[in-house]
Formats: sequence, structure tokens, C-alpha cells
Amino acid sequence: MSPALPLLLAALLAGTGTYGVLARRHAVLMLIGVELLLGAAGLLLVTVGQFAPDPLASGAVLTLFVITIAAAEIVVALAVIMAMFRTRGDVDLTGEALSADEAGSTAGGTATGEATPAVEAPTGDAATEPETVAP
Amino acid sequence: MTSRDVLFAAVGLITAAAAVLAVTNRRVLHAGLWLVVALGGLAGCYLVLGAELVALVQLLVYVGAVVVLVLFALMLTRAGAGEVDTSVAHRWLAAAVGAGVTVLLGGTLVAAYGWESRAVAGASNEVIGAQIFGTWVWPFELLSLLLLAALVAAVAVATTGHGRQGRS
Repeated sequence: MSPALPLLLAALLAGTGTYGVLARRHAVLMLIGVELLLGAAGLLLVTVGQFAPDPLASGAVLTLFVITIAAAEIVVALAVIMAMFRTRGDVDLTGEALSADEAGSTAGGTATGEATPAVEAPTGDAATEPETVAP
Repeated sequence: MTSRDVLFAAVGLITAAAAVLAVTNRRVLHAGLWLVVALGGLAGCYLVLGAELVALVQLLVYVGAVVVLVLFALMLTRAGAGEVDTSVAHRWLAAAVGAGVTVLLGGTLVAAYGWESRAVAGASNEVIGAQIFGTWVWPFELLSLLLLAALVAAVAVATTGHGRQGRS
């Protein structure tokens, strides 16, 4: 078969994943973009391994390694997101919901409606939280 | 145009459409479910390419474990979901970057490999198994350590908030 089809699909998946990482504010949805990028990398490895085989079987073996590392990555990333949700009450990556929340609490503690914090977090901790979500 | 080409085009179109829907859908759970379709379709692509072991591992690890984690995270963080997308200008910029990545990667890879048909002659499952436990055995063992470290770190990170809640 022609190797162009899987290569084009890998390129399309990489572009879609890039869009997903750049265009999403929801932290878990940004992770979906990362998953698609990793899938594109795996498809590229498998394609090259199938069309240009080598004695070490590196195409398939490295894809298995990438899948395993992706599983480890997603577990840690989701744990960080859950900690962020517990501390801030939202999973917004822009921090706008957080500033609106702070403005609401300083104005008299009215609920903003967009984000309902599960825990009353100290503002110092909440302000340093966005730095920890970079993948 | 062999039957393998036709099969791959069909599975690849499903995968690509599901991937696009997974990153554009505004409803978070639907986006997660489209990710299931995209990753399952990717496993089908591996199967059509002749890499059965990788396809099965992809199904087991991604569709079986990772996506379930993602769906649970989406459902647990539902209260904090306001606007899920960035502004329109930001999204257009992101779409331009994504299209640029697609064109650049696709052009480079197709220029490197060409359109002419080639034989699919990947390593058999026996060779892959022998190589994993032969040549690649140390990276493989290191990966088990990595998974253990990730597990412990995930529990430690995810319970941090609980401790803070208990103290305050």
C-alpha cells in the first residue's frame, strides 16, 4: 500500500492535537489535544516501522514505549488537575475565572456562579497554582 | 489502490473526523467520547498497517484505561466548567498554527516517502517479543519503574488538597 495515506493521517492528527492544545481553556480538554499529538507520534512510528523494517523492530517497540509513557503522563496530569480543581474550584487554564472569583470574594463573598470553589483556598496558594499545570 | 489502501482510507477518515470533533466539541463529555472513537480508530489503523500487537495494546491502554480516567476527570470537574474554548481570535490563530503543522508535516513526510506503493513488511509478533526482552530489556524495565513513580506521584499530588482541607 502507499505510505502516503498513514503519513498524511499522522500529519492531520498532529495538526488537530496542536489546535486542541492551543484553543482549549478546560484543562482536561487540553489533555485530549496532547493525547492526539501522542497518537500522531505513534502512528508515524508504526508506519515507518512497517514500510522500512529493521531487525530491532524499533517501530513497534518504541510505539509500545510511547503508549506506556503516555499512560504515566496522563495519570500525573489528571492528578495535578484534580488538585487544581480542589484548590481553585475550576479547571480554567486562563485564570480569568480565578480573578473573577477573587473580585467576588473581596466585594462581599457573593457567589460568581461560574466557579463554585469546593474549598476556601488561601489566595496566596491559589495565585501560585496555575504554574503547576504546564504539561 | 489495493484493498489495504481502501480499508486504511475508511478507518483513517473516521479517525480524522473523530479527532477534529474531539477538539472542537463544546460539550466536554462529548469531546471525551469522540476521543474514544479517535483512539479506537487509531487502533484500527495499526491493525490495517499490520501491527496487531500495537493495535491491541492501544485498545487496552488507551481506550480501556486512559480514556476512562479522562472521562472520570471530566465528570468530577464538571462544576468548574465555564467556557471551555478560548476567544474567537485565539481559536483562529490556533487553527492557523494547526493547519500549518499539518501542511508542513504532511508535505515533508510525503515528499520523503512518496506516493508509490510499497510492501508492508513489519516485524512479526515473535520478533517484537524477542526484541523487547532482548535488545530493549533495560528501557522496558525502566518503564516499569516510571509507572510505579507515576502511580505514587499521582496519589501524592491528588491527596494534597485533602490534607490542606483537613488542616484548615
